[in-house]
Amino acid sequence: MAVPATKLKEKKEIIDVGLEEGAARLTYEKIEQVINRVITGEMAARMKVYVDTCIHCGMCSTACHYYLSHGTPEWAPVGKVKQTMWEILEKKGKVSPEFIKRASIIASTECNVCRRCSMYCPYGIDIAYIMATVRRICHLLGVTPQYIQDTAHSHSATMNQMWVKEDEWIDTLQWQEGEAQAELPSLRIALDKEGADIMYSVIGPEPKFRAQLIYQAAILMTAAGVDWTMPAGPGWDNSDMAMFTGDFEIMGRVKRTHFEAAANLRVKKIVMGECGHAFRSVYDVGNRWLGWKMPPIPVIHATQFYYELLKEGKIKIARKLKEPVTLHDPCNIVRGRGLHEMMRYLVNATCENFVEMYPNREQNHCCCAGGGVINCGPPWKTKRVESNSIKAEQLAATGVHICIAPCHNCHGGLDDIINTYKLNMHTMFFIDVLMKTMEIPDSLKA
Amino acid sequence: MSESKKWDWDTSEELIATPSEWKTKFARVQEPYVGPDGKKVAAIVRNEDGTYTACVNGEAWENTYDNMWNLKFGPDGRLTAIVSEAGEWTLAVDGVPWENKFAYVWDTKFNEDGQTIAVKIQQDTRYGVAVNDQPWENSFEHIGKYVMTPDGQHVAAAVQAVPLREAEVFKFKDEGTWTVAVDGNAWEKIFTNVWGLDCSPDGKHVAAEVRMGLYDYTIAMDGEMWPEKFNCVWEPVFRPKTSEALATAPVRAAGKWTLAVNGKPVWDSKFVQCWHQTYSPDGRKLAAIVAPSFGQWTVAIDGKLWATTFNELVQDLTFSPDGKRLAAIAKDDGHWKMVVDGTPWPAMYDMVWPPVFSPDGSKVASKVEKGGKYTIALNGKPWRECEAIWNPVFSPDGKKVLVRSIEDGKYYRRIVPVSEF
Repeated sequence: MAVPATKLKEKKEIIDVGLEEGAARLTYEKIEQVINRVITGEMAARMKVYVDTCIHCGMCSTACHYYLSHGTPEWAPVGKVKQTMWEILEKKGKVSPEFIKRASIIASTECNVCRRCSMYCPYGIDIAYIMATVRRICHLLGVTPQYIQDTAHSHSATMNQMWVKEDEWIDTLQWQEGEAQAELPSLRIALDKEGADIMYSVIGPEPKFRAQLIYQAAILMTAAGVDWTMPAGPGWDNSDMAMFTGDFEIMGRVKRTHFEAAANLRVKKIVMGECGHAFRSVYDVGNRWLGWKMPPIPVIHATQFYYELLKEGKIKIARKLKEPVTLHDPCNIVRGRGLHEMMRYLVNATCENFVEMYPNREQNHCCCAGGGVINCGPPWKTKRVESNSIKAEQLAATGVHICIAPCHNCHGGLDDIINTYKLNMHTMFFIDVLMKTMEIPDSLKA
Repeated sequence: MSESKKWDWDTSEELIATPSEWKTKFARVQEPYVGPDGKKVAAIVRNEDGTYTACVNGEAWENTYDNMWNLKFGPDGRLTAIVSEAGEWTLAVDGVPWENKFAYVWDTKFNEDGQTIAVKIQQDTRYGVAVNDQPWENSFEHIGKYVMTPDGQHVAAAVQAVPLREAEVFKFKDEGTWTVAVDGNAWEKIFTNVWGLDCSPDGKHVAAEVRMGLYDYTIAMDGEMWPEKFNCVWEPVFRPKTSEALATAPVRAAGKWTLAVNGKPVWDSKFVQCWHQTYSPDGRKLAAIVAPSFGQWTVAIDGKLWATTFNELVQDLTFSPDGKRLAAIAKDDGHWKMVVDGTPWPAMYDMVWPPVFSPDGSKVASKVEKGGKYTIALNGKPWRECEAIWNPVFSPDGKKVLVRSIEDGKYYRRIVPVSEF
C-alpha cells in the first residue's frame, strides 16, 4: 500500500465558490423536491438493482486508487456510495445543504468514475453510474465545483470546452497548416470538405494549448494519404465536461452538434484524437442520451486509427525509439472499449524497449484526473495528486523515463503526479512517438 | 426554380473543363466545386509563389491572395471565397474582394436568389455580420448561429451581448450573456444561452431556442419567451404560408419529446427523440425525424409514423414541392438508404446525398456513392458511375435532369432525359 497522502501535506479545507455559493442557495424543500424528481423520473431500474444487490462486502475498496493512496474506508467506493446515494435514498431526499455540498465534493473530486471498482465488485455493480447520478442531483441543485461548471458553460455557449471562439478555431487550424507545410508542402487541413472519408475531431485544449497535436495529426494524415477533413464550425470538439457535471441536456446538445457536423460532411467515419473521456461521451453516454444505440457515424479513437494505419501499411516505422517506455492504459478506452492490445501493438511497433507497468490493461490504476476531476481546477489539485500516490508508486516501479498515455486528462494527471513525486519521467502521446519514428515519404518532403 | 428556367436545358453534353490538367498550371489544386447551372467548375489553387487564387473553367482569377478557403457558388452562380491579404480577411465575389476588410471572416450564407451574401466577421475582438460588404453597425462579444430571410432583407444571429470573465459561473447562469440581434440590433432580453433560430418567411419575426438559468429551456419569439418551460428544446422553425407567427419546436418534458407550436403541444405522440421538424411548402403538413423507441429512427408526419424504422440514423427530411410526398436518408445496419414515403429504395449505398424531388413530386433523385464511385440514382435507378458527381437538378418540366460530373478528369455538364435512368 502507498504512503498515506496525508503525510505529504497537511489537510486544509478547500474553498470552492461553486460549492459554497451553490449550497448557500439551497433549502431543504428544494433538495427534497429535486432528489425525488430524479428518483422517480430519471433513475433507471438499474439503480434500484444496484442498491438492492450490494452486500456491503467492501471488495471494491482495493480497486480504488483513492483508497489505496489514503487507506481509510471513507475513500473506498462503497464508502463514497454510503456517504451519498445510500443516505439520499434512505432519507428520501430529506438531506441538508451541507450534505449536498459534501456529496458534490465526493462525487466530483473523490471519484474519477473510472469503473475499476466495477471489476472488483462480485456483482459488477456500476458504482460510477451511482456517482454520476449523485453529480446529476448536485447539478440540478446548482452545487457543482466552479471550474468544471465554467467548462460546462463553455460547452453550452460555444460547443467546445475552452471558450474557443469560432474564428480562433479556424485561425488555429490555418496557422498549424501553414507551419506544417514548411515540412510537407502538399499538406492541407481541409475545412468542411464534404464527402471526405474521415472527419477528424479533437478536444478544446488542442487549439487552446496543444496546437502541435493538430500539426502532428496533419502530418500523419498526409503521410498516410488519408482523405480527411475538419469542421470549420461547431462540432469539432468531441469532449464533454457537461457529461461529468451531470448536465445531460448540454451533453446531448454537444454530442448532437458533433455527430451532425460529421453527418452533414458526409464522412464515413469520425477519428478522434487521443482523449479518453471524449471517447466515453461519443461512444457510450452522449449518443445514448440522444437515442442512438451506437454512434450514428462510426467513431474510432486515435490509437485504433494508428493501429489500423500500421496494420494496413499506410504508415511505416522507419526507426524505433531506443529509450525504454511504459504505457498507461486510459480507463475510457481500455475498460470502456478494450483497446489495450492495439496499444501494445503500437508500442512494440515503435519502441525497442517496452516496460509494462503493473497492474496494467483493464486493471490499470486511473490517473486521478479523469472523470472531470482535473477540470475541477486549481483548488482541488493538491488533493487530486495526494489521492494517487499509488500511481506514483506504480510509475516509479517501471524505472523508465517515458510514459506513453493516449489521453489528455491522463497527461494532465500524470504530469502532476510526476512533478509532485519527482519521478523523473515525462509523458508522450502516441502521436508524439509516431512523429519520431514513422517514415515520411521523400516525395512529400519540402 | 425560377432561376433554373433560364438555364440551358437543350445541350445534351458539354465538356466544360478538364480539372485534372490544372495540376500542370498550379503548384496545388484543391477539390472542385461546380456552379448551380453546371456551366462553371472551380477550385482553389496555389501558385508556385505560395499565393492562392481560384481557377474557374481553367482560368485563374486575376487577383491572388495570401490565403483562401471556403469556395462557394451562390444560387445565382456567383463564386465566392474567403480571402486574406496582409493579415486582413474579406470575401471575394467572382474574384473581386469586398472593400471592407476584417480581422477574420467566416460562415458565408446566401439568400434564396443569391443576391444577398453574408458572412460572420470579427474586428478588434468584436463580432457581427457583414451583409453585401456592409458590416452591422453594432458588434458583440461573440456570435453563434445566424440565419437570413429568403428575400435577404434581414439577418438574425445569436450573439453574446454581455462580457464575461473567466469562471464567472453565477453571472453566466443568473444574469445571462446571450441574446438575439436582428440586423445588428439586439433584443433587450438577455438569456443564459441562445442557440438555433429562424426568421418567419415574411421577415417580421424571429424565434430562437433559449435557456434561462441551467434548467429552463424554451423558445423566445421577438424577445418574449413562451410561458411554457421545458427540460430541453431544439431549434424552432416557422410555419410558412400563414399570416400568423407560428414558431414550431421540439420540446422535451418528463424524458420524452414532442412538437409544440407557440408553446402548446401539437402532437399527442411522444418520442425518445424528435428533431429536424419541417413543414410542407404549403404549410399544411408537419413532419419530423423521430425515435419512437431507443435506437430506432423513422419519420412522423402530423404525428403518424412511417411503418419502417432504421437502427442508426435518419436525416435530410425533404417534402416534395407539392407537399404530397416526403423523402429522407436513413442508415441501417451500416448501409445508407433513400427512403421515400416510408419505403426504402432496394439499393443500399456507402453514402447518399439529400433527396431532390421533381417539380411535380413524381420523381426523386440523389447523388449516391458505392465502392468509391459516384452516380445519380433516380427513383432508385442508377446512372453511370463517375469519379465525382454533384446532386442532380430537375428541369422545370421535370422531364430532364442536369447532371454535373467528372469522368477521366474531365468535367461534363449533361442534360439527361429522365427516361435514360
